[in-house]
Amino acid sequence: MSVTLDQVTRTVDGIPHIRDVSLTLESGTLNVLLGPTLSGKTSIMRLLAGLDKPTSGKVLVNARDVTGVDVRQRSVAMVYQQFINYPSLTVYENIASPLRVQGKPREEIEKRVAEAARLLRLEPFLKRTPLQLSGGQQQRTAIARALVKGADLVLLDEPLANLDYKLREELRAELPRIFEASGAIFVYATTEPTEALLLGGNTVCMWQGQALQIGETANVYRRPQTLRVAQVFSDPPLNLVGIEKKNGSVQYAGGTASPASGLYSSLADGAYRVGFRAHQLGLANGEADRHAFHATVTVTEITGSESFVHLTRDGLNWVAVLHGVHEFEPGQTIDAVLDPNDVFVFDAADRLVAAPGLLAFSSEVPGGSREENASKKNS
Amino acid sequence: MDKTVNQKAWFLVLPVFLVVAFSAVLPLMTVVNYSMQDTFGNNQFFWNGVGWFKELLDPSTDLGGRFLASLGRNLFFSLVILAIEVPLGIVVALSMPRHGWTVAACLVILALPLLIPWNVVGTIWQIFGRPDIGLLGYTLNAMGIDYNYVSNAVDAWVTVIAMDVWHWTSLVALLCYAGLKSIPEAYYQAAQIDGASRWAVFKAIQLPKMNRVLLIAVLLRFMDSFMIYTEPFVVTGGGPGNSTTFVSIELVKIALGQFDLGKAAALSLVYNLIILIVCWIFYTVMTNAGVERKAQAEEEPAAERKPAGVLQPAMALKAKEGVA
Amino acid sequence: MARIDLVDLAHSYGGNDAPQESFALKPVTMTWRQGGAYALLGPSGCGKTTLLNVISGIITPSRGKILFDGKDITPLSTQKRNIAQVFQFPVIYDTMTVGQNLAFPLKNRGVPKAEIDKRVAEIGRLLDLEPYLNRKATRLTADAKQKISLGRGLVRSDVAAVLFDEPLTVIDPELKWQLRSKLKALHRELDLTMIYVTHDQTEALTFADTVVVMHDGRVVQSGTPAELFDKPAHTFVGYFIGSPGMNILPAEVRGREARIDGHAITLNRSYDNLPDGAKIEIGVRPEFVEVVTSAPGLLSAKIERIDDLGRIRFARTRLGDVKLAARAPAGFTSSDGTAGLKFDPSHIHVYADSLLVEGAA
Repeated sequence: MSVTLDQVTRTVDGIPHIRDVSLTLESGTLNVLLGPTLSGKTSIMRLLAGLDKPTSGKVLVNARDVTGVDVRQRSVAMVYQQFINYPSLTVYENIASPLRVQGKPREEIEKRVAEAARLLRLEPFLKRTPLQLSGGQQQRTAIARALVKGADLVLLDEPLANLDYKLREELRAELPRIFEASGAIFVYATTEPTEALLLGGNTVCMWQGQALQIGETANVYRRPQTLRVAQVFSDPPLNLVGIEKKNGSVQYAGGTASPASGLYSSLADGAYRVGFRAHQLGLANGEADRHAFHATVTVTEITGSESFVHLTRDGLNWVAVLHGVHEFEPGQTIDAVLDPNDVFVFDAADRLVAAPGLLAFSSEVPGGSREENASKKNS
Repeated sequence: MDKTVNQKAWFLVLPVFLVVAFSAVLPLMTVVNYSMQDTFGNNQFFWNGVGWFKELLDPSTDLGGRFLASLGRNLFFSLVILAIEVPLGIVVALSMPRHGWTVAACLVILALPLLIPWNVVGTIWQIFGRPDIGLLGYTLNAMGIDYNYVSNAVDAWVTVIAMDVWHWTSLVALLCYAGLKSIPEAYYQAAQIDGASRWAVFKAIQLPKMNRVLLIAVLLRFMDSFMIYTEPFVVTGGGPGNSTTFVSIELVKIALGQFDLGKAAALSLVYNLIILIVCWIFYTVMTNAGVERKAQAEEEPAAERKPAGVLQPAMALKAKEGVA
Repeated sequence: MARIDLVDLAHSYGGNDAPQESFALKPVTMTWRQGGAYALLGPSGCGKTTLLNVISGIITPSRGKILFDGKDITPLSTQKRNIAQVFQFPVIYDTMTVGQNLAFPLKNRGVPKAEIDKRVAEIGRLLDLEPYLNRKATRLTADAKQKISLGRGLVRSDVAAVLFDEPLTVIDPELKWQLRSKLKALHRELDLTMIYVTHDQTEALTFADTVVVMHDGRVVQSGTPAELFDKPAHTFVGYFIGSPGMNILPAEVRGREARIDGHAITLNRSYDNLPDGAKIEIGVRPEFVEVVTSAPGLLSAKIERIDDLGRIRFARTRLGDVKLAARAPAGFTSSDGTAGLKFDPSHIHVYADSLLVEGAA
């Protein structure tokens, strides 16, 4: 089955919540809605679920128009940020509740609950009530209930946001396996780029009620079509610098001119903005063909495995992530370098014109480079 | 919110609609009919147009004089009991415990007066205040205070007001308590750390967080006190003289005492209208306050129940681009 | 500004007579220096919030003392302790403007108006709140509100310590970066003792000079981020710090050799006198294990999936029943779903009953 939003707009009290979103979700896929708070992720989910009606546009299930059809007549399950379970029922009864509502025979209920409990590692807790469980176990119960329902569409609205960091990490590692086993359409909302990367699948990049870019998660990450997508899909935040290309050299705003090598070589003359993620910015260590910047350290954050160096240069704030421990004094000037083959170049309209593996002004953004395909095979 | 529409819902509303039509609309029409006519008994009616209404609003006539005087008493009564019950309710709510079994005990004790029927409350106070056998009346007189609600208008007012305060302060207190309970513990801790005095905590945290329930309390108490009938009727019968005759009591006197159906109908319509207008004013004020509240609530972070980010991300972005 | 000493501090919600195993906070003795940035890190229920509440005076400890600059403040109320605290959710006084919110703690303490105005202006500037000083605080975004809560904590120049109780919970990832580096910069500028409670290792490690890792009511290790990363004193620290956490593998260790499934791994140090009957494990961080094409002589693991984090790739593998995460170098592929594991001997640690064993050189 498939669910489609066809040019859906939703306006509440004159304020647009969703603006002209079109997307199609297929069975057996995991779809991540990635965007900051209030970007419209929950609104999209409510539209998909049938809890809200679009102001204009259509909602189609298997190409049949279901706009305005009541949520109870749709096959939908939802998991929220808050752990929502029936407090007086045991974990077993909690998981079984949707099946009881459907009036399934006893044996089938037992079988399906056992299966869901195994998948979510809840077997030891089936006799407890939710209040006797940790947050992670409670949320797993809620997810098990959503799965056991056998709904065609499962919506998860920041399901891990209220969990401890480590629990989040563990559950996140298990989720793709659980999704694969189910075969339903999964929609997963998150504000965290790293979470989207770990979950894989497809990503819908949301911003102010618009779906900016839809595609395979790794592709959206590596080929953000616009500056905004790159910003939404970067953690630490995307670093930016303006450039001017002229006569075979690039002039970085507020400083250095460098030969227009790497991705810059194919750009037409003119002004651009260059975006690069924290790990794309390095320290000078004598490698050839790097563009160097004098930047002042504002703060260094050390996690033990990595160092986040916050820099300021010509009024711009940058973050560099370096491997290992690097201690810098605030106010110290360091030489940061950029690989001209490893940046994103955006034109005056903030559209991507060059990226690793994508030379300027090729007619279309290809579906994925060879390297990406290779990494997909591995995972 | 335009949810998905289910037409079947109308069938569920239909019975209520019919009942309301039968119990409210038809009697109301009858009253409107009566208010335009005069009768001398024998089921003979004469057309009087808006005559009764004119008379009602003209203080020089008997009807108008009585109506406006009782309306004045009503307003005065409402103002006085609001001025007492709201602060008193707040104080009671603030002094209630917040944890432990005492909470339940307090709630039960507070709820008791609310459970007593109006006429019983009236009877209780009627006896309570009697100078011969009533505990209150007897004690006061024994202390040398000349107290008699049957003969002294001031005493009658004091009794009626005390009775209402006794009966209804609990409601205000309970509402305020609910408001107070909804304030997260972190606010109190923060205030402690900020070195706030008890009064500063009240002004900066408790009062602002309570203002919505207070509005509801004021509305409820105003409506109720404006329609008061049973208790003062049982205690004072509207006396001494006319000193505690409220509009509702006046209405009953005219309708059932004098059997002036036309006047009574006109009076009840005007009375109704006043209540509706006051209701509407309160409602508007409350929903406006509600909108403000909602705007605030929406800015509360956690959930994303909000317009698809017109303002906030834009601001966030600016912050970022400011540096970029 | 103060040095903080915790002396045999413990707390039980069941009273002092409860068995020590049930204590929410087991006895701890510790000194936090003036002007330091500390983080209390641990999962929910580890006792970190109890410890914070004991310091702020919301909870009176069942046992032990807290000293600020050598002065016992255990019996003092929160108001008298001279601390500031920032909570998980922004606490804003609805009826006041941003400026009045910031001035509130000073006004309550009877600071002269000129002084208040000066401090408010300064804190407003430090936190980039200047444009909002005259606006109602209720209308601002979550991060601005949290900055106000923070500002109320910083506005008093005389506070002994500023406590943070998971202050970035409600902030979007991108703004988290800004607020975090702001906090760090403020710490440098204002020379205040700051104590930061969180379950998020990134926040703890990036903020603090010293991270105190708590587990089950106990302090399991206290050290710099680099120490916690390089040399976890307890397997829990290894697991909890780092993302993914440290791989913990049951092994037989003899001398300079660890055996897993009969397979030998060389160690950098010698472990000859391990306690008898103890549970022996080796711990190695995913950063120091590499998956390579299977080859004889290498421990072989089954690859379950590869997580691509953009800047680094981790292979999730399985050794029998044990899960192991390892770095997947660029260009690594596996044709048959298995891979060889290459360990960095200098970063393998040995644990006996979950505690680190120092080997001999």
